[in-house]
Amino acid sequence: MATIDTVWRARDTKPGDIDAALRASLAQIHRDNAGYVPARVLNLVCVVDKQYSGEIANRLRRVGRYHPSRTIVCSVDPKRTTLDAVATIAAPSEVREGEIGLLRETVVVECGTQHLKNLDRIVDPLVVTDLLTCVWAPHGHGEAVDSLLDLSQIVLLDSVDEPDPAEALHRARDLSEQAYVVDLAWLRSTPWRERLAATFDPDTVRPELNTIDGITIRHHPESTAAALLLVGWLASRLGWRIDPLFAGRGGVLEGKVRARRQDVKVRLEPDAKQHVRGLAGLTISTASGRTYSLDRGPGGLRAHFENRRGETRDWTILGASRGEAGILGEGIRQALLRDGTYGPALACANGLLR
Amino acid sequence: MATTTEAKLGQTPGQGANPLVEGLERLPVHPTTLVIFGATGDLARRKLLPAIYNLAHEGALPERFNLIGSSRSEMSHEEFAEQAAEAIRQFSRRPADDQVLKVLLANMRYVAGTFDEDSVYDGLGELLDGFDQEAGQPLNRVFYLSTAPEFFPVIIEQLGNHGLNDHEGSDVRAVIEKPFGTTLEEARELNRRVLSVFAEKQLYRIDHYLGKETVQNLMAFRFANGLFEPVWNRNYIDRVEITAAEDLTIGTRAGYYDRAGALRDLVQNHMLQLLCNVAMEPPVHFEADEIRDEKVKVLRSVLKPTAETVDQIAVRAQYAAGTIGGEAVRGYLQEDGVPSDSNTETYAAIRLEIDNWRWAGVPFYLRTGKSLARKVTEIAITLKPVPHLAFQQEGSVGVRPNQLILTMQPNEGVSLSLGAKIPGTRMRIRPVNMEFLYGTSFMSQSPEAYERLILDAMRGDATLFTRNDEVEAQWEICDPIVQKWEATPGPLPQYEAGTQGPAEADKLLEHGARWRAI
Repeated sequence: MATIDTVWRARDTKPGDIDAALRASLAQIHRDNAGYVPARVLNLVCVVDKQYSGEIANRLRRVGRYHPSRTIVCSVDPKRTTLDAVATIAAPSEVREGEIGLLRETVVVECGTQHLKNLDRIVDPLVVTDLLTCVWAPHGHGEAVDSLLDLSQIVLLDSVDEPDPAEALHRARDLSEQAYVVDLAWLRSTPWRERLAATFDPDTVRPELNTIDGITIRHHPESTAAALLLVGWLASRLGWRIDPLFAGRGGVLEGKVRARRQDVKVRLEPDAKQHVRGLAGLTISTASGRTYSLDRGPGGLRAHFENRRGETRDWTILGASRGEAGILGEGIRQALLRDGTYGPALACANGLLR
Repeated sequence: MATTTEAKLGQTPGQGANPLVEGLERLPVHPTTLVIFGATGDLARRKLLPAIYNLAHEGALPERFNLIGSSRSEMSHEEFAEQAAEAIRQFSRRPADDQVLKVLLANMRYVAGTFDEDSVYDGLGELLDGFDQEAGQPLNRVFYLSTAPEFFPVIIEQLGNHGLNDHEGSDVRAVIEKPFGTTLEEARELNRRVLSVFAEKQLYRIDHYLGKETVQNLMAFRFANGLFEPVWNRNYIDRVEITAAEDLTIGTRAGYYDRAGALRDLVQNHMLQLLCNVAMEPPVHFEADEIRDEKVKVLRSVLKPTAETVDQIAVRAQYAAGTIGGEAVRGYLQEDGVPSDSNTETYAAIRLEIDNWRWAGVPFYLRTGKSLARKVTEIAITLKPVPHLAFQQEGSVGVRPNQLILTMQPNEGVSLSLGAKIPGTRMRIRPVNMEFLYGTSFMSQSPEAYERLILDAMRGDATLFTRNDEVEAQWEICDPIVQKWEATPGPLPQYEAGTQGPAEADKLLEHGARWRAI
């Protein structure tokens, strides 16, 4: 949709001046056309490295309909000692009579590493009061995130961003104790979780959840954390006792967890053919000799069923890939919802690591 | 040292609820084959097939899903799939993903024939059994009747004759489009015939208005906010106005519209549903039958019009030539396909009273019409004036009773009018509005009503569908008006297109009240 941007810029400025400029611009836009009203859903505070800020801006532009209403981008330039700011209010170029045009505000604050420890003092005047605030720091900057925890209720992260899955999951666990965590690695697994839930939903199949004796998860080589979260989810939902997995060849993690009546073999395999982050496939076997497999395929997930007698069935479960931009949009949407199953899954996933 | 963590939240599976569904936004839907009767018709092309595609795109369809289309036109499975693809590409709310579409089309089949032919149902039976066999399990079956209403009983009875109304090991459901009868007698007869084949719990009578987020929000507004409930009764509310105005003419729909008219088209179903949502008591649980029980109680409490009272409580009219948005439009009687002596109303307004403890004495005004000044659907609740006014009215618009406006379209929202002091040295009051617009506070786009309703029917959730006693209770209110109007010769009062409607509607209002401007 074409937009008209109202832009305010200042060098060596202060948060109070940025806030005042935003208020004045919003009032003026509304006076010019009462059909323009500011969206008031969510504050998103992004802490990014200056050299990658363009890439982040592109990702945010492509989130589709799930735009936060006010986005505050803290663009970190290590040597900077003063604050520069650009505040933009984007309005749809056409608003027909009787309709409303939603205004979305973006504030880019260029700051230095020295500002990160007390970044809350800069961001606090810029967030819309009474709205939920979500923090996202895709390039690390843990210090900045910590300083913003008091004014934010949600932390958006991606556990597969961190090269070491153990560190990623520990960090997510620590943050979970202070805020609601929306983990993009978890959201990528939603279709897989939905399909597993559907597979075992019929009354006749549900008892087989008690007899699962093996699970293999194939994943992008850098998405071990995503695979651990999926096993953690099954473990937390099914009451499995967790033991740490062992590292095998080629980045494989394997071991056993304990269900009530039997052990469950767990194997997490990196799949070099998988080009996008997240899961590539999974296979669940039960004591009755049945196996259920799901793998990425064109037009959805390719399902395969096999029983002890060797009878097989294959079909496709419809669904389009959301793409990375779609996942980020979903993360922003999830910031306003609450999923009580992530925390227990995360705890179990941490338990799978030594 | 290795540590052991025991998951605490897990339930013991196999003994009740599915432990894997907690936390998921989309609940599992049992594998299903959907049969659409009237699959090449306008509704299927514009709404149903695009809705099904969008559900597929989002991964919301059951993990095994097949679609069988049926209608009179002779064509192969492939030709039907091609037609479906074209409809999806043209009318889907999002661009079609070729790969998803390809898989969806691969599971489509077609059966040609008239709806009274046995061969249609034999063919359906074979295809349905074939899909079951392929899946290795009995799939649920949903029959969607998207045909002209005269075929509803024919199809239902043929499904029964061929044993397709029941299927061991799975659920069979029938979705029936509106209109469900055009009179009380027809509705009762249709219910009798349908219920002789299917049980009520298998039936899903569509009123797509109920699938709109905006209508569902009405319940959230009333029952999730403590602010309004204390004044939601006859002690504080003076009147309720429900308006569904359109700024369009009947266009090319003369064939349907001239047989239906405004009362049947909107009042009997959609507007009475809105009335129920405003007037119903809070259900104990948000469950299909509890909600529908409360709605039926409201409908049964409405004082039924009689031949003697219709003229006092109902007004009808037709639009005459005029201008809408600067463009000249023809009058209803000059529209193509409309008989020049037609007595069909394009505007209907009625005054109803709900004779129960909460609402006794509060008039509910319902009005709808074509070719009015503006497109708007809203509920205006006017509170009683304050009992004593200490301020002088002089030099200002003055104090007006508070009005709560729930707008469904064009901009879904809630507005409350309040009296506020005009800045200055004198105590002068004028009304101001406190407004809330849903669009400013939610990022999500509402799904199409049909997406929600098709999914609910496949899932077996009847909350947003109309029950047999509900339909009949709606007709008990509208039927006396329909009968009286049909027995009364025209010509009907006229209103200029593009205006607020006929002056005759003012006579319905009590105690000097005026209609809210459209």
